[in-house]
Amino acid sequence: MKCRVCKEPAIIDLPRHNANFCVTHFEELCRRQVAKAISDHRMIAPTDKVLVAVSGGKDSLALWDLLIDMGYSADGLYIGLGIGDYSEESAVYTRDFAAARGLKLIEVSLRGEYGYDVPTAAKATRRVPCSACGLSKRHLFDKAALDGGYDVVATGHNLDDEAAVLFGNALRWEVEYLARQLPVLPAKPGFPRKVKPLVRLTEREMAAWCVVRGIDYIVEECPMAVGNKHLGYKATLNDLEAKSPGIKAAFYLGFLDRMAPILAGSVADTSGDVGECSRCGSPTTNEICAFCHLVEKSSAHEPVPVELVAPRAGRRKR
Amino acid sequence: MKVLLRHPRREVEIPGPRQVLALLNELGLNRESHLIIRNGTLVPGDGVLADDDVIEIRPVISGGAA
Repeated sequence: MKCRVCKEPAIIDLPRHNANFCVTHFEELCRRQVAKAISDHRMIAPTDKVLVAVSGGKDSLALWDLLIDMGYSADGLYIGLGIGDYSEESAVYTRDFAAARGLKLIEVSLRGEYGYDVPTAAKATRRVPCSACGLSKRHLFDKAALDGGYDVVATGHNLDDEAAVLFGNALRWEVEYLARQLPVLPAKPGFPRKVKPLVRLTEREMAAWCVVRGIDYIVEECPMAVGNKHLGYKATLNDLEAKSPGIKAAFYLGFLDRMAPILAGSVADTSGDVGECSRCGSPTTNEICAFCHLVEKSSAHEPVPVELVAPRAGRRKR
Repeated sequence: MKVLLRHPRREVEIPGPRQVLALLNELGLNRESHLIIRNGTLVPGDGVLADDDVIEIRPVISGGAA
């Protein structure tokens, strides 16, 4: 296989582009796709101070690398979720990445600073682990960005992530969720702007970016996510992609172009009902916010080891 | 060739030579969900893997539902 651009030997075949690329031109393609996402959706201004939510996985480290490579000012935020060895290893990858490049990394520990971890929160609140994890991360991303004076929080959600969420929401016609599924959430009082610059790139492309750039990341799957519905949707979409290359991009990017504008008026405006959490001051429609409620329940619970709540492959645990 | 697989991490021996796409098909693995890495370098779909190669088949799908 030859690179479509320079005809040198290719290192990757991308059926969705019906093309193969060498290292140089694959990197160019990735930069161009990120630049297009940022520009099309007005994600980041050149002078913005960016906080990248990093997990030690391929997407967030690739995103941080790409933003720095493209000249943005970007610091990292790592949240220690307390998911046993998985969290310890992912922290090492993140710290090594930041140290090797002289980048600023902010760390927050759920157990150290809030008295709980994700396995304990899942057990204490009877939520699925990904739900307790997501709630914790969203709150702490917002807080760290506001406390640190950042203009924008960038997350490593890629095309596969967004297509899988879209697929799940469309299967149930969750119109409100569909209307909100945009690659930019504008800033609101108490919330920073949130952006997803990787939405035009697939997981395979992001993993390949890490390999060609020499980025070590945690390859193992989060033990709490094994067998979840989201991963099942991704597998289904990849089966379709194998038969019809480009179908994931057509599904998600077509949604942004043609369906999201139609749905834009269907989101209920709840801004009038929002007050402040009596504990942390975050916006909420209740007396205390969902995060403080989670902290209260989880920190009172004795620590739960990962093995007690981690689902086994092929079976969902509630 | 020696093949490192993940989820769970294990090694298997598969005779070469084999083309990358043929190997993935034989193992029932979707090309969209995997990369083939030899000596730290990506190998494209038509790349040929020799009997004495050491390769990794790396799954690229990850993520929680949040």
